[in-house]
Order: sequence, then structure tokens, then C-alpha cells
Amino acid sequence: MPKDHGIGASTKRREDVRFLTGKGRYTDDININGQAYAWFVRSDVAHGTLNGVDTADAAAMPGVLRIFTGADFEAVGGIPCGWQVTDRKGEVMLEPRHPVLAHGKVRHVGDPIAVVVAETLEQARDAAEAVVPDITELEPVLDMKAAVQGGPLVHDEIGSNLCYDWGFVEENKEAVDAAIKGAHHVTTLELVNNRLIANPMEPRVAVGDYAQHDDSSTLYTTSQNPHVIRLLMGAFVLGIPEHKLRVVAPDVGGGFGTKIFHYAEEAFVTFAAKELKRAVKWTATRSEAFISDAHGRDHVTKIELALDADGHFLALRTDTYANMGAYLSTFAPSVPTWLHGTLMAGNYKTPLIYVNVKAVFTNTVPVDAYRGAGRPEATFQLERVIDKAAREMGVDPIELRRKNFITEFPYATPVAVEYDTGDYHATMDKLLEIADVAGFDARLAKSKANGKLRGLGMNCYIEACGIAPSNLVGQLGARAGLYESATVRVNATGGLVVMTGSHSHGQGHETSFPQVIAEMIGIDENMVEIVHGDTANTPMGMGTYGSRSLAVGGSAMVRATEKIIAKAKKIAAHILEASDADIELKDGSFTVAGTDKSLAWGDVCLAAYVPHNYPLADLEPGLEETAFYDPANFTYPSGAYACEVEVDPETGKVTIERFAAADDFGNIVNPMIVDGQVHGGIAQGIGQALMEGASYDEAGQLVSGSYMDYTMPRADDLPFYTVDHSCQTPCTHNPLGVKGCGEAGAIGSPPSVVNAVVDALQRAGHTNVTHIDMPLSPARVWAAMQG
Amino acid sequence: MYAFELERPKTLDAAKAALAGDEAQALGGGQTLIPTLKARLASPAKLVSLAAVEGMSGVKAEGDQLVIGGATTHAIVAAEAALTYPGLADLASHIGDPAVRNRGTIGGSLANNDPSACYPAAVLASGATIVTDRRQIAADAFFDGMFTTVLDEGEIITEVRFPVPQAGAYAKFVQPASRFALTGVFVARFSEGVRVAVTGASEEGVFRWTEAETALSGNFAPEAVDGLSVSPDGMIGDLHGTPAYRANLVKVMTKRAVAAAS
Ligand SMILES: Cc1cc2nc3c(=O)[nH]c(=O)nc-3n(C[C@H](O)[C@H](O)[C@H](O)COP(=O)(O)OP(=O)(O)OC[C@H]3O[C@@H](n4cnc5c(N)ncnc54)[C@H](O)[C@@H]3O)c2cc1C
Repeated sequence: MPKDHGIGASTKRREDVRFLTGKGRYTDDININGQAYAWFVRSDVAHGTLNGVDTADAAAMPGVLRIFTGADFEAVGGIPCGWQVTDRKGEVMLEPRHPVLAHGKVRHVGDPIAVVVAETLEQARDAAEAVVPDITELEPVLDMKAAVQGGPLVHDEIGSNLCYDWGFVEENKEAVDAAIKGAHHVTTLELVNNRLIANPMEPRVAVGDYAQHDDSSTLYTTSQNPHVIRLLMGAFVLGIPEHKLRVVAPDVGGGFGTKIFHYAEEAFVTFAAKELKRAVKWTATRSEAFISDAHGRDHVTKIELALDADGHFLALRTDTYANMGAYLSTFAPSVPTWLHGTLMAGNYKTPLIYVNVKAVFTNTVPVDAYRGAGRPEATFQLERVIDKAAREMGVDPIELRRKNFITEFPYATPVAVEYDTGDYHATMDKLLEIADVAGFDARLAKSKANGKLRGLGMNCYIEACGIAPSNLVGQLGARAGLYESATVRVNATGGLVVMTGSHSHGQGHETSFPQVIAEMIGIDENMVEIVHGDTANTPMGMGTYGSRSLAVGGSAMVRATEKIIAKAKKIAAHILEASDADIELKDGSFTVAGTDKSLAWGDVCLAAYVPHNYPLADLEPGLEETAFYDPANFTYPSGAYACEVEVDPETGKVTIERFAAADDFGNIVNPMIVDGQVHGGIAQGIGQALMEGASYDEAGQLVSGSYMDYTMPRADDLPFYTVDHSCQTPCTHNPLGVKGCGEAGAIGSPPSVVNAVVDALQRAGHTNVTHIDMPLSPARVWAAMQG
Repeated sequence: MYAFELERPKTLDAAKAALAGDEAQALGGGQTLIPTLKARLASPAKLVSLAAVEGMSGVKAEGDQLVIGGATTHAIVAAEAALTYPGLADLASHIGDPAVRNRGTIGGSLANNDPSACYPAAVLASGATIVTDRRQIAADAFFDGMFTTVLDEGEIITEVRFPVPQAGAYAKFVQPASRFALTGVFVARFSEGVRVAVTGASEEGVFRWTEAETALSGNFAPEAVDGLSVSPDGMIGDLHGTPAYRANLVKVMTKRAVAAAS
């Protein structure tokens, strides 16, 4: 019998009631008395000298309160970068200034130049059309290799477009080179990991407010981590101490990484509100989102895998150019390095690995973390090159993987991480079963009879989640700690409120977190309320990304709840006149072991706040505890995915016929929510593999700048998935044994889709087709078949 | 969006009068025009909605012709032409999504002449007549390159008269993002011969593929076009397909349309 409450129950998401009935409270729903509206004037050229901005006519237009330009921001800081990478030679990365509004130069289409603040949105927009930036166009640099080979400089003052040249593990380089040179077989693959635009359903919004009575600022924003924004914006940009700055991220309609970062618009509205002594609101249009939300991926990679005659992996070498875009977004430098290089071992015991990454500035929108962040890029190249190697050596791709699986844990990879647990054969076995691989041949015959090609592709994946041990990431260049906090407040009548630093923007924390507490105390889930997203009521929070909420934020909540229980037992012991060591808590009631003396949860809570019969000499009244949890290691979800496609040989159109995912997420709190996370991730992975791709023309204009040209996956593009998470090797170092499931789908799915299409083409005799770059649009697949 | 006035005339005469003014523009379903206004790419002083004009909406049979009012929505064509001209109804039923089909009109689609729109292929392949408030225009003379037609300023498409073919079908290969036609082919077989019209492919907009018409008039079967080749010259090349790819689709979609019509 499946459980109907507590850990392991598929409790329906309580937050969906308000989301599905239009009662969510998003940032755009927040309107403050006297609020003014901001409209951004953005660069329509990719690269140019900004000689000046003529605002005279615009300033005289109806309703205009003030027009801001880069000059207004000279006295404040630039948008900071949260991670500093050290290069192969031990030198720190080049870190150009990132002004709130462009000053002296514009560096990408969408770069903000000026902002009109007016009484109404239409007035702001009307006046914005009368703002005249004086720009001398410069040749843009878009291609990463050209950028580092003497192309035009994006930032003149740093003298190079190469942000860093990172080698990992640098000491292994010679050994890797030697192993590849002497190997029985080397498979080489050059590929592109396509640039993506996250496209959360809710565009970004920011509302700045300023209270004259106490000189404090409030920012309402569409963020995955309000505390991080408070720290970055307060300390580095505007110089507002944390006690004078509140950041609120209410309901957020999807983040996918792109709402982690601190954006210029947030700093702008906060600054302008204080200047104007009025609230200032900015709501992105969808078109604006395309050219101002940080993009994702955009790697160009060459990977080489060396094997011995038996198919054992000997060494792996990868060279990647990673696009940073025009400025360093908050966590951009970490994505192609520590979130990518450290995952290059995958599920395999490759003894020698060397990863080189050149991060490059170009005249494009900044690139940063997007669902999976670095790990999809690592998984894609590794799982594609393994498939190619299997084909070249004439061996079964599954057997080749199995032969090289890591089987003993803990396992220290040659790329600095230690996997605590896993069972890769188990997920592969499960996959073969749920994907009905045995039935493939029959399905292939059917497709053939219908004039269609059919292919089967598989891959494994491993990811590092639950980001992350603070001392470790500190050594790696993070300018932040990556713990999480929780305050658990028990009210006098027994209900609980959890104030968590994790932020829910679709993940279902309001449902799953209470399940954990309900399990620990033995009370109804509905007695627990989750509060998040407001720096005013949560001690500190690093937010939600990197599949860290349950593993890190949930662990903090568990620790705080353990403190609550310990204290509650002392209170119960006092009232029951027993020793606290003898008190047991079960099903919401405290009993003295071996007796029938008991006390209900609610009675103890009431005693804590009405301490008449209470050990006041030893114990403070009240029942509220805070815990900070800093993980000892990353968590390592893993799994195996299979995709079956049909290809129309006449048009190149690929349809996904079957998709199966066998994941090991460790312990599971809410299986239905996990299914949902995997489904969404797979949809985005299939989107990347077949449809999505940001594309710039030679002038640096974003060609795919609307849904007329940027293909989002739709329901009818996707099959019913078979997902399974019954293989469970619990994480060994967090109290829940959980690993995180938010990114797996997006990490694990692109290689199997591409492997499947290549398989289909190979089976149809297109033996020269060993790779097609994503997105595998009909036109690209058709072109590949033309030879 | 800039401010504009909206008129909703009830008669064609009133609509004509309203459109005679400076900077007035007809509004069909608004599925193209409203997004254009929202992006501030146009600034008409007045919009004249044709939705309420008497007699401009509906599908009726007249002799061997199917007559569709200029303000008839795609959804109505999909439902009401299903028996008389199933190929046309099928085309209408695959335009956009339900919201677009419940608003977008045949007159708006033809006046706009988007090079990727579906209706132009049906109109040209059927040899339809576009009736306006001032004249009748044969389909072969109506389309004048991408986003251009021979319509004068303020001219209103009041109805479209389709000769109903013995067999007719549309095969659309969708552009993955917009789901307009990356290439769409309408094939119509009449006793006098076969007409083939292609949308989405050419830089000149919708066109007739005359070699295929000849081949199919001799043998109305998909194989009839096997021996033909389509030149990529003049085909659209963009993010979603090269000229060569579109040239291939012209042939593939023609065969599929013939198969669907047979
Ligand atoms: C999401 C989406 C998907 C779509 N997908 C498709 C598709 O797959 N295939 C396809 O073919 N189309 C597609 N369309 C286009 C749509 O179906 C309409 O045909 C098109 O937008 C124009 O029709 P309308 O009635 O909305 O015209 P409007 O937008 O109101 O007007 C368009 C132009 O025509 C003029 N006009 C309108 N009516 C008349 C008239 N009776 N006489 C003279 N001039 C007139 C207007 O002044 C304007 O210049 C799509 C549109 C959207 C928004």
C-alpha cells in the first residue's frame, strides 16, 4: 500500500490550488500606492561606442518623472560576479566592469542604455521612443574562436576576450596526452552544445520601493534566491546595508536558473525608488526577456576518448570554448568549470581526465546557469563520444558502458569529487526493462513498413547536486557559502511554520517539506506551513538551484525540527515527571517508555508558551529553533535514459516515440512531485535536442528573438514518458538520504535523443552520419541524410 | 500600442465610409494586426472592425462554387466547408491554435499575404475569385509577392469564391516554432486539369508549380512528380531551412497532397 501521508506519499501539491485558479501572487501582482513605471531603452546594435544619450525631448513628454542614463550610475558599483575562476597559470580570470546602465559602450543587443520613469507605463514607453542614443557602431565579435584570435574587443580595458583558460586537472595533462597518444583506439567528436533561452512562463519583474520614515528599501523581484540578491545588490551595487534592505520573491512562475542572477533592472528600480521617493515598477515584455534574461549552455567542444582493445576507457580529454556573452553574469564562470569539469568522469572509471575550458566574451546576451548548468554539457559530450566509440569499435554501446561502470563506493574520481553511493548496473537493468528494449526490433519492423526510420538511443548520467560544501566551493572560487537555513516556529496550539531559505518556484516545497515534518513528529501535514521568499522573515538563504532544496534546505529544516523535538521532549519529561531520555515521540504524542503515561503534541506546545508547569530554571519558554546546514559533500543522482525515435526520411522530421528514464534519487519524499520534476526536465532536454536554439546573425541580432522563431517544445511534441525511481541508493551524508531530482531530466535526456537519431540514420545506411548538432531540426536531419 | 479609435460598422457602406478616412485600417480577426500594433510597428488612427458587417461572414454553396464571406473565421470554414470542400476545411482546421482560428479570418489572411500563410495556397490552387467592395480579382492576379497584394488602400475583401474541385487537399509541413507553413502545397484537380500552389517556400510568396500541374494532369498520382526537380533558386533560406531543403519539401508535400486528395 502506498503511503497516504508523510515521507513517501504522493500528496497532491497544495500550492497548485492557487496556481491553477489564478490566485497566485506574483511580482507583477504587487502594486504600491503611487507607483511609477520604468521602460528600458536598450541597444539595438550588438557593439558600439555610446557617445551620449539625448534625453531632452523625451524628458519634456507627458508624465515623465525622470530619465536615467549610465551617468547616473557612475557613483554606484557595477553588477558583481559571484565566482572567481583561477586559470591554468594560477592567475585570476579577467573580470570586466558590468555597469547598471551602459556607459561609453554598448556590448549586446538588449544592453540597457537609459530608463524612462513615468506616471504610466504607456507614457514611459512613449517617451522612451524619443530618447536618442548616439552610437557609433563597431564590428561585433560573435564567434568564440574568432574572439580569442584577435577579434574586436568586447571590453577594451581588459585587453582580451579570453576571460580565462582553465585546465583541470592541470597536473594530469601530460599523462592524459601520453595515454591518448599510445592508446589502442581514440574516438574524437566535435560538437556544439546549443545556446538556450530559459523562457520561464513568468517574465522577470522588479518593483522597487523606498520608505522615507526609516530610510529603508524594498525590492520585490522574480528571484530564486532573494537573500543572495539582497547581499549582491546591497553590498556591491547600491551600498545599502542588509538591515535597510528587504528583498521579497513571492510566487515565481518558473526560474530554470535564469532567475538566480542579480540583474541590472533590480538594482535600477531599487535605486530609482530612492531617488524619486516613489515605488518604481518594471515588467519585462516577452521580447525583452529574449534579449535580457541570461541565456544558457553555448559550448563548442572537442572531446577525445582513449580505449584499450577490450574497450576499457583509458583517458579522456576535452577542449571547450564557453560563451560568457558580453558580461559576466552572477555565476557564469563556475558553470563551464566546476559544474562541468568535475562531472567529466560520468558513471565510469576513466583513470585519466583533462578538461580545458576557454571562457570567451562575445557581443551576445550573458550566458549563465540553465537547468543542469555545466552537467548537461559534460553528460552530452561524454555520452555522445561513448556511443561513437562503440560504433567505431563494433561493440554494443550498453556493454561498453557497463564494462566501465564504477561499482565500488565511495569512489574518488580523477576530477576532484567523491561519489558517495550509486548502483549504475541497477538503473541500467531497470531501464532495459521499462524501455522494453527487447521489443525494439518488432517496433523497428513496423516503422519500416510505414516508410519511417527508427532508432534507439541510450545514455547514463551522473550529476553533482545539493550544492554545496561551503569550504570546498570557497576553495574553487565561490564568493558565497552554499549552506541553507531554516527556522521552525511551533505555535502555542501546535501548528508549525517553517521559514526556509529555499525558494519554491514550481518545485512544490509547500507540499513536500511539510511531509517531512509530519513524518518526524507524527502530525497532519496540514499543521505545517512553509514560508519562503522574504528576507524579512527568514534568517538567511542561499536559494534554490542545483537541485539543492530538499538535500540542503530540507536538511536544515530536519536539523531545526530535531532541536524542536529535543526541547519538546524535555518539556514533556517535566510534565510527565520522567527523564527526557525515556520520552518517546510517536504519532504526535509523547510517551514515557514502558508506561501508559502520555501527552499530546499540542499539550507540550501549549506548555511552551503558557509555562505554568514548566522547567523554567533549565529551559527557556517558547518552541522555535533555527538551524544552518552545510552539506559535507555534493549528492550524486544518477540514472539511465532511453529514447526511441522515428525519422521521416523525406523531411528529416524526428518524432519521439518512446522515452524511458530510470533514476536513482536516493530516498523519495513525494514520488508524484519527483515524477513531475523528471517530466519537466525531459521536456526541456528534448527541447534542447530537437527544437530550441538561440541564433545570432552576423550583425549580432538575435534571429530567434520571439516564439515565431524560437521553438519551445509543446505537449504534442512529447510522448508519454515511462519514469522510474525505484532504484534507490540513499545519500550517505544528509539526514534524509535524498539526492535531488530537479535537473536530472534535462541532464539525462539530450544524449539519448541524439544517440537515437544517429542510430536511426545509421541503421538506414547513412553510415557517414556520426553526429548532428542540436537542435536536430527537420532541416538539419534532412541535410545530414543528403551525405 | 498607440491610441486609436475603433469603429464597428454594421453595413458594408458604413465600413467603406469609415475606411475612406485618413489612416484608417480594416480589422479582421486582429491575429496579425493586433500583435503588430502591440509592438508599435504600425500606428493607424482608426481601426474599422469588419466582424459585425452584415453578410460578410459565413459559408454558402452557390452553384458549383463555395462562397466564403471575407470576415469568416477559420473555425467557421473548418466546420461549415467540411462536407462541400473537405480539403479547404482541413486547411482551415490546421491554422494556428483554437484561439487563432476563432478570431482569424480568411479576408485578413489573404490581405496580409504572409509568405507562410496557408489560405493563399488554397485560393491559388482552386483558382478562386477574390471579391472586394469594388471589383472581382482572379487568384492568379491577386498575390503580388511577400506581404503584398493588388488591393488598394481601404479596399475590403467581402467574399472569396472557390470553384470546388473534384479532389483537393493541402499538405503542410510546419515551421517548428511558429507552426505556419514552412512549406505547404495545395493540390486541386478539376476536369480541365490540376492546379498546384505552393506557400512558405518562395521569396516571391505563393506560386503555382506548373511542371507538377502538367505531370499530375496526365496522371493524378504521387509518383507523377517523381521525375521532376525543384530548383532551390529563389527559395527562402532561414533558421528553419535552406533553399535546398524547401525545394525538397515542395516535392514531398506535393506528393502527400496528391495522396491525400486521391
Ligand atoms: C499564433 C498564430 C498562429 C498562426 N498560424 C497560422 C497558420 O498556421 N497558417 C496561417 O495561414 N496563418 C496563421 N496565422 C495567421 C492568422 O490565421 C490570420 O490569418 C492572420 O493573422 C490574418 O487574419 P486576421 O483576420 O486576424 O487579420 P487582421 O490581423 O485583423 O488583419 C491583417 C491585415 O489584413 C487587413 N484586413 C483584414 N481583413 C480584411 C478584409 N476583409 N479585407 C481587406 N483587408 C483586410 C488588415 O487591415 C491588416 O492589414 C497565425 C496567427 C497567429 C497569431
